[in-house]
Amino acid sequence: MSQAATEIVRISGHAGSVPGAGIDREFAVCKLIDTTTCIGCKACEVACLEWNGYTFSETTFNNSYQTMPETAWNYWNLIKFNEHETEDGNLMLLMRKDQCMHCADPGCLVACPSDAAIVQYANGIVDFQEANCIGCGYCVTGCPFNIPKFSPTAKKVFKCTLCNDRVSQGLEPACIKTCPTGCLHFGTKAEMKELAETRARQLRDHSGHRNAGVYDPEGVGGTHVIYVLHDATNPEAYGGLPKDPHIPWVVRFWKGPAKWIGNLALLGGLLGVTLHYFRYGPKEVHPEKGDNGGKP
Amino acid sequence: MSTQVISRTRTTGEPGRHILRYTLSERIHHWVGFLFYAYCLITGLAFWSPYMFWLATIVGGGPTARFWHPILGVAFAGSMFWMYGMWKRDMQITEADRRWKAAIKNYIENEDQNLPPEGRFNYGQKLFFWLMFWGVIFLLISGIGLWFVESIPWSLRWLRYLCVFLHVSAALATIGGFIIHVYMGTAMVRGGFSSIIRGEVTADWARTHHRLWYEEVVKGRPPGSTR
Repeated sequence: MSQAATEIVRISGHAGSVPGAGIDREFAVCKLIDTTTCIGCKACEVACLEWNGYTFSETTFNNSYQTMPETAWNYWNLIKFNEHETEDGNLMLLMRKDQCMHCADPGCLVACPSDAAIVQYANGIVDFQEANCIGCGYCVTGCPFNIPKFSPTAKKVFKCTLCNDRVSQGLEPACIKTCPTGCLHFGTKAEMKELAETRARQLRDHSGHRNAGVYDPEGVGGTHVIYVLHDATNPEAYGGLPKDPHIPWVVRFWKGPAKWIGNLALLGGLLGVTLHYFRYGPKEVHPEKGDNGGKP
Repeated sequence: MSTQVISRTRTTGEPGRHILRYTLSERIHHWVGFLFYAYCLITGLAFWSPYMFWLATIVGGGPTARFWHPILGVAFAGSMFWMYGMWKRDMQITEADRRWKAAIKNYIENEDQNLPPEGRFNYGQKLFFWLMFWGVIFLLISGIGLWFVESIPWSLRWLRYLCVFLHVSAALATIGGFIIHVYMGTAMVRGGFSSIIRGEVTADWARTHHRLWYEEVVKGRPPGSTR
């Protein structure tokens, strides 16, 4: 229900100001991930699994702290580790919590062909409705962050819901709830943006991270999961966070102009053969002169 | 007359001599291919546009359509390759085709008396065959990419995008050919539809539409194919 219906703007015969007037309600939610205070404990991974009813997946070893290469259909939240050498020769162990970014302009939703398999809520959450998912994997192609993953068992695609079930009940997402260092924050988009900018300024002014900044990529209209990075000029170093993510142009073309060009071509073809029949009709078979083909 | 020129009326319902145009094997392969193609067409259109998503309902719903589309797509590719083996020689573009192509306007406007004679298949039929053949090759390769999209590494994701583009483009091209093929086989060239079902055409039909082939057949060349 829209809260706007209960907000009072004017009151008849009322002396003085209208109570509650001027209150600005922001519905857009946001998760803020401060990579500079993340210790890579993976508590958020466990909380995510617990809340969503999955069990821990088998890990792989590749000579680093990375426990598995990427998120999976039943593992929506994964810390990406990267041993990063800075320009001045220092080693930084970068840790980034990877999950769905909940884009304002979601590539998965644009690519999806199935009615109501992906919905975007007014609070910014982009959620898969598995009951309507046909498992085509177009969302996998549409996503600029490599997030949706196909389940061979369910034959449907799964990803982080930003704990839509918790948020809709006034709770914070499970990962936020469990984070021991407080590097995860949850609130309105405006609040989180402000907090992130404050933290980035602090890093620039007091911690020597001159390139510290906030990751809220414009290419996908901004995201409802934002990062504070030590070096916002090099997001790729954080386990492949794209520098300028956007919906692939092929997907845009496919779901935009190609649809109309294709549909017009199909209709044109049907119309063309119909008009041909109206104008010229069927071909006639000509019996040979002097040979009637055995006809009487 | 030899065996391929038959005097009976039971298949076309028309009196006169009848010629075997398609062997039983050719007819079966044509219709097996049709079934697989029709399924992929209906489900593919459902995935193509939200306005046609209802088409998925008539073949069992979205997930069922998605499950069978790639499998029957591979089956269609198989049947297409079979047709290739069966017809590839008949489908080579010949000198007669080039002459016919130059006069194609007469064919479109039903001025067939002004057309140079054609062999077993005319240039348009050959064009449709090669359109479907190459269309299927592109559909198969790109379709496998769409089917196992996560097997294409993230670093090579441009391949995922290429697959989408190729699959859509090739599908639209084959649909365009398919519309014309169905129109010509049923409405425009009467006798064509019954020939791909029961295999026979009248001698007049053969002489009118495929004179060179007719002349070869009455000379006693084996029916059906050049093989």
